[in-house]
Amino acid sequence: MAATRHVEPTPGPDPARAVLVVNNIEVVYDHVILVLKGVSLSLPEGRIVALLGANGAGKTTTLKAISNLIRVERGEVTKGTIELDGQNVAALSPNELVRRGVVQVMEGRRCFEHLTVEENLLTGAYTRKDIKSAVEHDLEMVYRYFPRLKERRRALAGYTSGGEQQMTAIGRALMARPRVILLDEPSMGLAPQLVEEIFEIVARLNAEAGVTILLAEQNTNVALRYANYGYILENGRVVLDGEAAVLRENEDVKEFYLGVSSKGRRSFRDIKSYKRRKRWL
Amino acid sequence: MELFATYVLGPLGEMADNPAGVVETVIGGLGNGFLYALVAIGFVIIFKSSGVFNFAQGAMVFFAALNFAGLLELGLPWYLAGPLALGAMFLFAVLVERVALRPLVGQSQLTLFMATIGISFLLQGFGEAIWGGNPHLLKVGLPEDSLFAIDYAWGQALGLDIIIQQSDLLAIATGLVMVGGLFLFFQFSRVGRALRAVADDHAAAMSVGIPLQHMWIAVWALSGLAAFVAATIWGTKIQIEPTMINLALKALPVLILGGLTSIPGAVIGGCIIGISELLFETYWGQPLFGGATTEWFAYLLTVPVLLIRPQGLFGERLIERV
Repeated sequence: MAATRHVEPTPGPDPARAVLVVNNIEVVYDHVILVLKGVSLSLPEGRIVALLGANGAGKTTTLKAISNLIRVERGEVTKGTIELDGQNVAALSPNELVRRGVVQVMEGRRCFEHLTVEENLLTGAYTRKDIKSAVEHDLEMVYRYFPRLKERRRALAGYTSGGEQQMTAIGRALMARPRVILLDEPSMGLAPQLVEEIFEIVARLNAEAGVTILLAEQNTNVALRYANYGYILENGRVVLDGEAAVLRENEDVKEFYLGVSSKGRRSFRDIKSYKRRKRWL
Repeated sequence: MELFATYVLGPLGEMADNPAGVVETVIGGLGNGFLYALVAIGFVIIFKSSGVFNFAQGAMVFFAALNFAGLLELGLPWYLAGPLALGAMFLFAVLVERVALRPLVGQSQLTLFMATIGISFLLQGFGEAIWGGNPHLLKVGLPEDSLFAIDYAWGQALGLDIIIQQSDLLAIATGLVMVGGLFLFFQFSRVGRALRAVADDHAAAMSVGIPLQHMWIAVWALSGLAAFVAATIWGTKIQIEPTMINLALKALPVLILGGLTSIPGAVIGGCIIGISELLFETYWGQPLFGGATTEWFAYLLTVPVLLIRPQGLFGERLIERV
């Protein structure tokens, strides 16, 4: 536990270089359901930051609060700030955020099924006002990262495989020329080999194109191998954060998220006591 | 046997005796069908991308016609009155988004449908408040008289001794141009592609930065355009009065037949209904049932469609991967 610490009120490594800072936000759905109870995180430029946690912990809500897609689901940020380059962006519309370089790749791929793969990619460039050749140049760039999409460019996205749809969704986000990609559960429903392939490409995007990535994942193992830094969410709160390498070695993380333990399996009662203990962190 | 002779052999024999009459009836039916199709296209455009079933489409046709006719009565030439009436439809689109759709974001489809019923009455009342409740004539100078095919070289070449209403030809031609234009727009333009994306997945479209509010304005403006075109052609055939709205509701059976989400479906559905109801009226309705069967025949036709293929002939196929 010594290597990790709790995250109040301004967490994260070196917030001075941070491109995106989430400050103690609270999110309420339907005016009554409190989903995030003060989440803070910081996204340093050019890094991959993982947002980990179980189902319902608030990972997706955090991403949607940043991209402002929660509003159509009757969600609302009731407290705290979200800053992009030091500017509060909590009130901006999703398309304005895309214009400023923050794009979300939603959970479950969400390709446009009746559009071809290439048309899907082109919709990603909707907010861009620059000339056609620039968009075509970027299309080629996406095809360089995802050669498989080039082969499937004329296929209807609805008829492509899960992996190809995930690639299409990421490629579509890239077409907006983002600085920050909010990547929600890219491993969902994919074979382990394909998960590896997609994370490999995401890491290359990060390294070569310099895209900063906030990654929400349930697959803690893979996420911590590719990310630089990690936050662990539980019940709408950050309970743990630290460098990915440190989190990987953390006994609690190992036991509850990676499924390995030096002490063998413990009983459910111990898990509950662990949760109780964490509240006091 | 006697029934069979009266209701099947008789009309069929009559059709066989006078094939030119059948051709005339079919062309007349096509003319009506394309008008129904133009109204139905307006429905489809809005329903496909926003899931709103726009009950006000008929009232939009009436409103466009009323504005156009009213402006002409004020003495404006058609080349001013037309764009102004069209502009009114665009303004209407912006208002609908602002006043009706935006406050209702996230509400159920039923709520939005009820809002369009309100819009329908509002349009009718507002239009009549401005231009008065009397029937108006919309005479833009579009060709109206009959055309004797045999007077023309092509008619002689085909041996066609028939009379064609020019307004029917106009409706067919305009309908085809409209469909072609919409196809090109949806398939190849940036906004058209975005609209198809919105039709597939609203949230995903938002996530890539497509502003939904602009999209709603675009679809309502497009269906306003369809309503305006339908109104202009219809004006050559009938008087502009509120019964036009009921006539425009013929688009509903067209939609059930062609599918709620398909523009080609709307056209083909319109053609099938236009032709079949006029054939039925001519050969069965008038001699055997005392006429006026076009009032209900289209609705009767939808019953087997609903039973056998409820998504319509060209309704959206759900893509399901296994």
